[in-house]
Amino acid sequence: MNVTVCVKQIPDPANPASLDPETNTLVRDGKLIMDDSDSYGVEMGLQLVDAAGGGEVTLVSMVPNHEVSGLRTALAMGAAKAVLVSDEALRGSDALSTAKVLCAAVKRTSPDLVIAATESTDGYTGTTPVQLAELLGYPSVTFARKIQLAGAKVVVERQTEAGYDEIECPLPAVVTVTAGVVEPRYPSFKGIMAAKNKPVEEFGVADLGIDPASIGSQGARQEVVSVVPAPERDAGEIVVDEGDAHDQIIAFLETLKVI
Amino acid sequence: MQKIWVLVERTGQGATSLSLELLTKARSLADVVEAFAWGPDVTSLAEELGRYGASAVYDIGDIEGALPGVPVASAIAAQLADQASTASPDAVLIGTSYDGRDVAGRLSAAIDRPVLTNAIDLAVEDGELRALHAIFGGTQTATSHFTGPGPGIFVVRAKSFPAEEAGAPVTCEVVPASPANTADTGSAKVVARHVEEQSGPKLDEADVVVSGGRGLSQKENYAMIEELAGLLRGAPGASRAIVDAGWVPYSYQIGQTGKTVKPTLYIACGISGATQHMVGMKGAKNIIAINKDREAPIFTIADLGVVGDVQKVLPKLIEALKARNA
Repeated sequence: MNVTVCVKQIPDPANPASLDPETNTLVRDGKLIMDDSDSYGVEMGLQLVDAAGGGEVTLVSMVPNHEVSGLRTALAMGAAKAVLVSDEALRGSDALSTAKVLCAAVKRTSPDLVIAATESTDGYTGTTPVQLAELLGYPSVTFARKIQLAGAKVVVERQTEAGYDEIECPLPAVVTVTAGVVEPRYPSFKGIMAAKNKPVEEFGVADLGIDPASIGSQGARQEVVSVVPAPERDAGEIVVDEGDAHDQIIAFLETLKVI
Repeated sequence: MQKIWVLVERTGQGATSLSLELLTKARSLADVVEAFAWGPDVTSLAEELGRYGASAVYDIGDIEGALPGVPVASAIAAQLADQASTASPDAVLIGTSYDGRDVAGRLSAAIDRPVLTNAIDLAVEDGELRALHAIFGGTQTATSHFTGPGPGIFVVRAKSFPAEEAGAPVTCEVVPASPANTADTGSAKVVARHVEEQSGPKLDEADVVVSGGRGLSQKENYAMIEELAGLLRGAPGASRAIVDAGWVPYSYQIGQTGKTVKPTLYIACGISGATQHMVGMKGAKNIIAINKDREAPIFTIADLGVVGDVQKVLPKLIEALKARNA
């Protein structure tokens, strides 16, 4: 079976994020890395291909600045190849425009299954995978904590408020995964070396027949009007534990009438 | 605003609290509020929805085990197409829930309208509906709006507004609203439901939440969080770090990607206070934080901050509480 995994390349979340003062969009310049949330999908894809006894994992990604280092990480884990849509015109795209671009890219990979994270770490809109499914005309299952193949279907355990539901979904389909779905492997040295030579096919917006007016800041139909500091919550009393901090906590619980 | 549509999700008994929060806000923003609901006997919901100000509920009907995203979005899209010439709504409000996010994504792509998610408030400014979002861990508030034709789709986080009945209940008419044929996209079916029993109050309804993070050092120590929560008749929660590490299920997670809680008391144990986490608990009335690192961001919002090792403080606290109860 062939699995296509959506991978987002984002600024390192360890560094503080900032907004462009002109456009109020996230600054995503400089070196980008694979969103950690996507490592679960890559791993799940690799395991499903193994379980099916054949096929390969293809990555799909979109970025304005031609970055590939995040894709190399996923290729080093074991993905076979990548399709990258890269074009300056993509800068400022909203979630729906992003889904339209990913749809054009995913169609080139003829997948049996498309996997994405439930949401990205940097923008966390959380709707792109389902928008993508609707545009592809595929069924979708979100918040998967377990995926198993069953012939031409997948059986998915989906998170719910109360526990989980067991879902049967025919293929091809889009499934979004949570961090609990599998334990991602670390790329091996051999994997890292092999990744350098794996194919990354790059397309511009025009190559995919996408109307440039429908993407990027030009096509975005939502914008941030203003950004202001949120009201601050005052810090209270700070005590250093000298072996009796629990007494101070008990006293505080008493004033709150919790006990 | 003329009209707002609200997606209503259900519990066993009635509408979810999140749905009632959305109805409450919607009627403060628009002249007419209408709801969409699905499942068996939607008529039984009408009286409750009327008390919260909905003058109609579109009855999508029993979706027979399908995941709600596709059929529900399809029914809303069909109503939009029907009403386009007469009385199309200005906005569609959907709660941030597992199914709500599916409906929002499906509807957005189906009607080719963008969606604003993670709203923590809604306001009418310059004659249009705008959404407020907590960004950068709640240190900044961004206001956003749609620049194209409506209706705008807003996905709103739980507990953004109180749920209050209207002064005078309105009569809520039940209007049939079937989904279109969704044979291909709607083919994902629920074949079994599993309830993971949790004793004590639910995390997002509990008056006291005791939450654990990486500072617990190892999975076994999470038992102290559960014990303390039990002693305070509260619910145990967790930071993303220990959920990702597999110590506790995702349903325990508090923060941006997890639940939003607003208890009377929040006790953060071994949680440094990543912006991701703070956004989900800043609304607590009182916060106690226990952390080894004096510089941890959690101390900037704690009412009582204890600089100390949770593995030393918690056993003593638990013993002391047990002694009181004895």
